[in-house]
Amino acid sequence: MRQTIIIGSGPAGYTAAIYAARANLRPLLIASSVEAGGELMKTTEVENYPGFPEGIMGPDLMAAFQAQAERFGTEIVFDDVTSLDLAGDVKTVTLGNGDVHEALSIIFATGSAYRKLGLGDEERLSGHGVSWCATCDGFFFRNKTIAVVGGGDSAMEEANFLTKFADRVYVIHRSASLRASQTMQDRSVNNPKIEFLFNRTVERIYGDASVTGVGLRNTVDGSESTLDLSGLFIAIGADPRTHLVHGMLDFTAEGTIAVDGRSSRTSLPGVFAAGDVLDPTYRQAVTAAGSGTVAALDAEHYLASLPKDLLAKATADAEPARVPA
Amino acid sequence: MSTAKDVTDASFQADVLDSDKLVLVDFWAEWCGPCRAVGPILDQIAAEHADKIELVKVNVDDNMAIAAKYQITSIPAIKLFKGGEVVKSVIGAKPKPALEADFAEWLK
Repeated sequence: MRQTIIIGSGPAGYTAAIYAARANLRPLLIASSVEAGGELMKTTEVENYPGFPEGIMGPDLMAAFQAQAERFGTEIVFDDVTSLDLAGDVKTVTLGNGDVHEALSIIFATGSAYRKLGLGDEERLSGHGVSWCATCDGFFFRNKTIAVVGGGDSAMEEANFLTKFADRVYVIHRSASLRASQTMQDRSVNNPKIEFLFNRTVERIYGDASVTGVGLRNTVDGSESTLDLSGLFIAIGADPRTHLVHGMLDFTAEGTIAVDGRSSRTSLPGVFAAGDVLDPTYRQAVTAAGSGTVAALDAEHYLASLPKDLLAKATADAEPARVPA
Repeated sequence: MSTAKDVTDASFQADVLDSDKLVLVDFWAEWCGPCRAVGPILDQIAAEHADKIELVKVNVDDNMAIAAKYQITSIPAIKLFKGGEVVKSVIGAKPKPALEADFAEWLK
């Protein structure tokens, strides 16, 4: 049994691991199998993380987070959590490979998942012109006409990045003004390859084998139009990735995990939340990292309050149990 | 590092289409984070089923003709070829159990 297990490997999870490891909690971090490093693995230049005046590439930043967590003794497993039992003093975490790990405390930092438009053809054409990752797929749209849906920072970043490949990038946004920061707005407005379509929603995606266009609706006068495109990049935000703890923890009206005041304490003792799963508003790498710090300090405090005989059972070198296949 | 063979525009015909084995083709690129994540998982699956399938890699940066021919617009794109035809396609990085399920019919 462990003292603490951290679930998630974005800025929140790794920062929690750095603090927990430095506090000698010998944390185990479950990083996921194919999404290790989280959202920043799919970005290019990160310009607003303090300490990097020239900017840093997202994957390089996450590699540094990981190295720093490992330096202080964090053990990392690249697998996915399939189920959790959080109710008692001893929590259990079951992984995709069948291993079952036990811990006295859990830090839950699984981040968020891209939001979908919710259109019928979106899933069918996913990977055939519909994409959620400009850095992954932009390359295939050289000299093409494409669109980005969304008005936030990530939509602006995607649109600007995509102009490296595409001839023309439309930004389709449902309202009249952008949510993106002024810096990102200015950069997009000044990019000659980007054209804005405000007050429009995507109603349909056309294409048999791959995307050929979209049907738009004007939100002001209700008129409809068609736009020919080869690619549609969707950047309309993200929802907290909390399906593993539904029915176990209390949630807020916004769908994030409810915590006690400014702490990371969830409705269950010994279970702490960090990063996007509790933050419906800010959702930045640096706020997630700060949130990971809070969770590690709260977990440390909680562990110190436990009976000594229970704490004595938590040794990091315990082998995981295995679910019989 | 993967031991899978690198296949090119020039060698695709011989290495994949004319192969008498089932060939799992991983279309990838250096700059694709999800490709780097799923690469080792494909290596494991191929190693565990070496009697059934052969894994090869196509770097789309260097081999744009083949990527275009198979209409790749998103990577990682993992395609299973049998007798020169695509019999199964998976797009995007997935955990090992999910990929094993996707290709289960050919791994038995």
